[in-house]
Amino acid sequence: MAITDIRAFSHLTEDDIVALANEFDAIRRDVENSRGPRDARYIHSVIRLQRVLEVAGRCALFGSRRRSRWLIGTAALSLAKIIENMELGHNVMHGQWDWMNDPEIHSTSWEWDQTGPSEHWKRAHNYAHHTYTNIVGMDEDVGFGILRMTRDEKWRPINLLQPFANVVLALTFEWGIALHDLSAKKEAEGVPPAQWNSGPNREFAVKAGRQVVKDLVFFPALTGPAWRSTLSANLTANVIRNIWAYLVIFCGHFPDGAEKFTAEHYENETRGEWYLRQLLGSANISGGRAMDFLTGNLSYQIEHHLFPDLPSNRYPEIAARVRALCGKYDLPYTTGSLARQYWLALRTIHKLAVPDRFLKATSDDAPETSSERKFDRWRPDVPAPATEASTGRHRGLLTALRVHAEHAVAERRRRRGESRRRQRSAAV
Amino acid sequence: MGLKEWIEKPAAHVAPGEKSLSNVLRGAVARLTTPLLPDDYLHLVNPLWSARELRGRIVSVRQETPDSATIVIRPGWGFDFGYAPGQYIGIGLHIEGRWHWRSYSLTSAPTRDDKVISIAVKAMPEGFLSSHLVGGVPEGTVVRLAAPQGDFVLPDPPPAKILFMTAGSGITPIMSMLRTLDRRAVAREIDLPDVVHIHSAPTAENVMFRSELERFDATHDRFRVHVRHTREKGKFALSELDEVCPDWRERQTWACGPQQMLDDITAYWTTEGIEDRVHLERFAVSRADTSGSGGTITFAKSGKTVTVDGATTILEAGESVGALMPFGCRMGICQTCVVPLEKGHIVDLRSGKEHAEGERVQTCISAAAGDCTLDV
Repeated sequence: MAITDIRAFSHLTEDDIVALANEFDAIRRDVENSRGPRDARYIHSVIRLQRVLEVAGRCALFGSRRRSRWLIGTAALSLAKIIENMELGHNVMHGQWDWMNDPEIHSTSWEWDQTGPSEHWKRAHNYAHHTYTNIVGMDEDVGFGILRMTRDEKWRPINLLQPFANVVLALTFEWGIALHDLSAKKEAEGVPPAQWNSGPNREFAVKAGRQVVKDLVFFPALTGPAWRSTLSANLTANVIRNIWAYLVIFCGHFPDGAEKFTAEHYENETRGEWYLRQLLGSANISGGRAMDFLTGNLSYQIEHHLFPDLPSNRYPEIAARVRALCGKYDLPYTTGSLARQYWLALRTIHKLAVPDRFLKATSDDAPETSSERKFDRWRPDVPAPATEASTGRHRGLLTALRVHAEHAVAERRRRRGESRRRQRSAAV
Repeated sequence: MGLKEWIEKPAAHVAPGEKSLSNVLRGAVARLTTPLLPDDYLHLVNPLWSARELRGRIVSVRQETPDSATIVIRPGWGFDFGYAPGQYIGIGLHIEGRWHWRSYSLTSAPTRDDKVISIAVKAMPEGFLSSHLVGGVPEGTVVRLAAPQGDFVLPDPPPAKILFMTAGSGITPIMSMLRTLDRRAVAREIDLPDVVHIHSAPTAENVMFRSELERFDATHDRFRVHVRHTREKGKFALSELDEVCPDWRERQTWACGPQQMLDDITAYWTTEGIEDRVHLERFAVSRADTSGSGGTITFAKSGKTVTVDGATTILEAGESVGALMPFGCRMGICQTCVVPLEKGHIVDLRSGKEHAEGERVQTCISAAAGDCTLDV
C-alpha cells in the first residue's frame, strides 16, 4: 500500500508540517518578488539560442549528403529540439514566464515542437500530473498506463512485455505522450474514446500531421537531392530528443526514493502535506550546469514539483534552500547521477515485469514504493518526532529510515547466519 | 476550403482579415516553421516584423510641459491608420523584465502619410508607466500596441457647431480631433466648423499643446480657445458657460477630464434636457480598489455579471453564475484557468500582487479589486 498518511510517514508533528509549509511559502514569495530583468534576459537568450541552432541545423542539412554536414546538422537540430521541448516548451507552458506579461512567451499561447497539441499536454501534465503527483490511480503519469512502476498496481500478463515496451516508449516518447494526453483530454471533455471525429481527435490529427509533414516531407523535399539524408537526419533528431525527454522524466519520477501515495491520503491533504508529497515523490539528477540546461532544469525535479510555476533558472538557488529545509526537518532529498537514477528506474521496470510471487519486498517496504507501515515492525525502536530545543533541528523521516535500515541489515545478517547454521547442521 | 485558404490557414489567426499576398506567403512558410511562425524568427531580426501582435518603435519623445511629453511611435506590420480622431490605443512597455500595459489617447490625426502616430502622456505622481514614458524612455524603444478603439470620436463630416471642454491631460483626445479638423480644412480648402474650446490647467506653463492652440486660434477664424488657469482663477464653473459660449446648448459637446468635472457636466446638461448632445471620455486613471472589498465582475463572452466580496475567487464567482470558466488544480499551480483581464484590476490572493488590464490572470487564486471585466 502506498503512503496513506504522510504525517506518520514523515515522522513530523502537525506543527512541524505547518511550519514547513510556511518555509516553502516564504521561498515562493522571495522568488516571486525578485523576478526581474535578469530572468527576462535569460529566457530571451534561450529563445534566441534555440532558434539560431534550429536554423543552423536546417541549413547544414542542405549538404547532408556529406557525412560531416549530416552530423553537424543532426546535432544542431537535436539540440534545438531538446532545448525547445525542455527549457522552453515545458517551462513556458507551466506559466513560469507568465509574470513577464509577454503574449509571445506565455502559457496560453505557446505551441511546442512535439506531435501532441500543447492544449492536451497542459491538461494531462500541468493539471492531472502536477495536482495529483504520484497518487496511484489518479496520476496517470505513473507508468504512463503502459508500464507497471509500483507494486501497488496489480500485475497483469501484459507486464511481461515491459522490458520491450520500455524501449519502444523511449524511442517514440513524443507519440506516447501525445496519445496519453489525447486520452486525458477526451476524458476531461467526456468524449467517447471510440468517436473518431471528436474535437480532441481532430486537434491531435492537425498537430501531429503538421509535425510529421514538416520534418519528414517539407524539409527533406526542400533540400532537393539531399532529401534522403535530410529525412534520416530529421528522424534521428526526433528520436534523440525522444530518448532524452524519456530519460529525464524517468529519472525524475521513478528512481528508488520517489514515493507513491494513495487517493485516501489526497482527500484530506493540507497545504504542508501537499508540499511534502511533492518533495517525497520526486527525485533530482545531480550534474553540472550543462545537465541543468539540457534537462530544462528538470534536474531539479523536486524544486519543480514544489514550485512548478517559478522560473526554471531560479531552481538552483531554490534547491539550496530546499536542501537546507530537508536538513532542518530531517527529511530525505533524493538525488543522484543520471546513470544511477536511470539504473534504479530500469531495475524497477524489469523487476515489476514479473508477478509479485517472484518478488521479495512488499508494497509497504520495497525499493520503489513504501508506506508508513514500513516502520511498523520496529516502531518501538524508532524515536518519536521531536525538536531539539538547542539547535531547532527536528527529528523526522531520515532518523526513522536510518533506524529502519539498521534493523533490516541486522535481520539480513541474522537470517544469513541462521541459514548457514542450518546448512552446516544438515551437512553434518 | 480553397487552396489559398489552405495555404493561409496556419497564419490566419495572426493577421485575420488581411487579404494579401503576404498572408499566403506567411502561411506557406509557417508550414515549414511549425509550430513556430515565420514571425518568431523574423522578429529576432527586427522586432517590428512581428505579426503576432502589433508592435511599434518610439521615434521621438518631445517635452510638452514640465510633466508631460508627446511620444511619437512608428507602428510595425499590420497597423491600421484608419482610426477615428479621439480614439485611444493600448501600449505596452518592457520595464524591469515585465511588460506594463496602459491605454492612452492618440493625439495624431489619422493619416497614412507620415506612418507615425503619437500619444501624449502626463506623468502621474504614482503612475509608474507614465513617469517612465515622460521621464526617460529612450528613442528606439520597441513597444507593444493594441489597435485603436473607443467611441469618443469626432464624426466625419463634423457637426457645424462644436464645444470642446477639457482639463489637464483630458485635452489629448481633443488634440487629435483639432489636428484632424485643421488638416481637413487645409486639404479640402474648407472652413473649420465653429469650434469653441474651453480648457483648464493649473498655470500657463502646464497647458499642453499651448503654442499649437494659439496657432489654431490665430489661423482659423472659426476656432476660439478659452484657457483657464485654475491656480489663479479657480475652477471653471459651468454657470460661466453662458458668458464664454452663449450658444453652448446648441452645440455638440465633447468633454474629457477629471471624474468630477464630467459628473458635473452630465448633471448640468441633463437639467437642461440636452444630455444627448454631450460626449464624454471617462479619463480618470482607474485604480485598484485595494480595500479588498471585491466588486462587480463581468464575464464578457457569456455576458454574465456577479457582485462578490474580496475573498471570493474569480473562478468561484464565474461558476456561481454559470459562466464557462476553464479550471484546473484550484490552487494556482497548473495555469489551466488563465484568462485575459479586459478591464479593471484583480488581486492575487497568495501574494497580494495587483494585476491590471492587458494581463492574463489565474482566476482560481485571484479576487476582484473593484469592478472588472474578464474575456471569458
